[in-house]
Amino acid sequence: MSQLSETKPASTVGATPGRRFEPVAAFKRALLSAVIAFGLFSLMIGLRTVSGPTGALLLEGRPELLAVLVGLTFVGALAREFILGERDVNLQRFVPAGLIARSSAVARLVGPALFVFAVLVPIVFYHNRYMLDLGTMVLTYVMLGWGLNIVVGLAGLLDLGYVAFYAVGAYSYALLAKNFGLSFWLCLPLAGILASFWGILLGFPVLRLRGDYLAIVTMAFGEIIRLVLLNWQSVTRGPDGISGVPRPTFFGLPFTNSDGGFASTFGLDYSPTHRIVFLYYLILALAIVTNLVTIRLRRLPIGRAWEALREDEIACRSLGINTTNTKLTAFAMGAMFAGFAGSFFATRQGFISPESFTFTESALVLAIVVLGGMGSQSGVAIAAAVMLGGFELFREFAQFRMLIFGLAMVAIMVWRPRGLVATRTPSIFLRKRKPVDAALVEEARQ
Amino acid sequence: MDYFLQQLINGVTLGAIYGLIAIGYTMVYGIIGMINFAHGDIFMVGAFIALIAFLALVAIGVTAVPLALLLVLLIAMALTSLYGWTVEWFAYRPLRKSFRLAPLISAIGMSIALENYVQIAQGARVKSIPPLISGGYTLTKSGGFAVQLSNVQILVVLTTVVLMVVFTWIVAHTRLGRDMRACEQDLKMASLLGVDVDRTIAYTFIIGAALAAVAGVMYLLYYGVIDFYIGFVAGVKAFTAAVLGGIGSLPGAMLGGLLIGLIETLWSAYFSIEYKDVAAFSILVIVLIFLPTGILGRPEVEKV
Repeated sequence: MSQLSETKPASTVGATPGRRFEPVAAFKRALLSAVIAFGLFSLMIGLRTVSGPTGALLLEGRPELLAVLVGLTFVGALAREFILGERDVNLQRFVPAGLIARSSAVARLVGPALFVFAVLVPIVFYHNRYMLDLGTMVLTYVMLGWGLNIVVGLAGLLDLGYVAFYAVGAYSYALLAKNFGLSFWLCLPLAGILASFWGILLGFPVLRLRGDYLAIVTMAFGEIIRLVLLNWQSVTRGPDGISGVPRPTFFGLPFTNSDGGFASTFGLDYSPTHRIVFLYYLILALAIVTNLVTIRLRRLPIGRAWEALREDEIACRSLGINTTNTKLTAFAMGAMFAGFAGSFFATRQGFISPESFTFTESALVLAIVVLGGMGSQSGVAIAAAVMLGGFELFREFAQFRMLIFGLAMVAIMVWRPRGLVATRTPSIFLRKRKPVDAALVEEARQ
Repeated sequence: MDYFLQQLINGVTLGAIYGLIAIGYTMVYGIIGMINFAHGDIFMVGAFIALIAFLALVAIGVTAVPLALLLVLLIAMALTSLYGWTVEWFAYRPLRKSFRLAPLISAIGMSIALENYVQIAQGARVKSIPPLISGGYTLTKSGGFAVQLSNVQILVVLTTVVLMVVFTWIVAHTRLGRDMRACEQDLKMASLLGVDVDRTIAYTFIIGAALAAVAGVMYLLYYGVIDFYIGFVAGVKAFTAAVLGGIGSLPGAMLGGLLIGLIETLWSAYFSIEYKDVAAFSILVIVLIFLPTGILGRPEVEKV
């Protein structure tokens, strides 16, 4: 297995690495880049369509912006030529090989450290509503990422419609709680069961598909479920969504300022923060359960079957593994956790609509799993924090963040296709448990 | 019957547009075996470039419709191919030797990036232009219902047929076409025999993007309304068309496009317009599961 050639971009073939910097040729190439940039941006950015007074579209020139962009491209291309010569950009050298160093001592500490930090967040930031909300959101995505990790990272089935199960969980809770008055704690398992039922239902037809066809079909299923939610007005109220979803209770005690509420029962002063903190710990507990279940499952026969399936489906079948059951359980387990997360989402927001379950959401969860390093639990947690934290940091540039998100997905694939945590710990080992390079693991190959 | 005939005409027009986009999917899949998820957004970019070019031409005083149309078509094809080439160079070429799903994930990122790029550059609001080509023919008229064949519809179908002929000729009779067919059969072997694989793939993306741009111009002429989100659904439908026709097959892409166009139009006409996208997605699922090689495709042999 030639790992070197795998990490090197293909376009280096034929180029002499490390050739000397030649000013004239470099200048010409930079000029060409600038011309291409001008072609790309001339109409799209140089001109802007605006509605005129009569409602007809008019054009507005933006020559300065166009000039700046083309100039930047030229300077950037020249700098790239100057620094790298003929070599291709290989950021592999600048990014440490695995965010977590290969020394397993450090790696073993990262998980517990993250856990302790997560537990302490509400205590440290008790008076900071913003941090609590952000933490809750990050944990929701950590949980979704871990759930999707079962399907993508362990079983190697690329699922682009994962958010559909999240939607099933959210709508199950909202409808059951509003129409039948069931409590959150009763609805939670029901939502999980319903979501995993849908996972099996959608899993059945795609059993025979492989690779990107499977990905496209799951995407189509995700969109179908969203469109049905949007159009089935009599049940889901369509685009208006369902509002007034019941809030969670502390095992029956509501978080209200009344007798019999949470605060008065425990003799505390009423504070709206109680509910926020409770929600935070609730999603933390759910996420931890997801993580523990996944870690245990990996060591059970079914988990080993998943990983074997990821590596080589034909070999699996030859060895007598029932690939049908193996795939369906992976879909069902992943979907179940998405269902749990969905019902948590519904009770936290109090309002759900199909808007929250678009394809972009699926892509976001997938990006978290991919960035974290498919199959790595701590990597997914770090990736979720990095990605959502990044979104919050650049809040002022809200309109640019999806653009950057898309470009970042490309950049991850180009520079770190194995994710932040580029090592995997095998569940079976001969003498000593030691991490192996992720390039040796065939994620989502078939 | 008249109603059906009218829907048939509308369906064929729509199908021609889908077919043009589907060619881009089918060529790329045939050669490098990846789903170019961003191709639908390339189509959307083409439609926007056409819109802006049209407004710019009006602003500088080019108002003769045939001339303006030709110029818009050429500008859109040229600039959109540049986008196609750039996307390939930026997002796919470095991944040629990466793990198998890396290009797909990268393509999803590119699709999101393109959508938001257009949204930022041109605004999220729906853009509409007055109809450029009006008039048409009334084919039959019985009772209260007249079957119309508009000039735009004739133009769309004619342009598509001409482009298909030109494109088929390129693939069958030019050096580039031969290289493309060689790459489709065996990428490694083709490169050993002196075919510049990277260049051939780049040209494939350029041609696919140019055809998508034409589809974008046609879409703009036919509907007169575009926004930054049209690429996703149109892309899914065109991809369905490519798979239905048999992925990797050019006549298949056209045939699939026509079928998808007809199914969508007839579904909207006789069942429910709200669920027309559900129908499109369901067809995609059904085709992929039960007919993964399509109508004109070759079955894929699995080797260990």
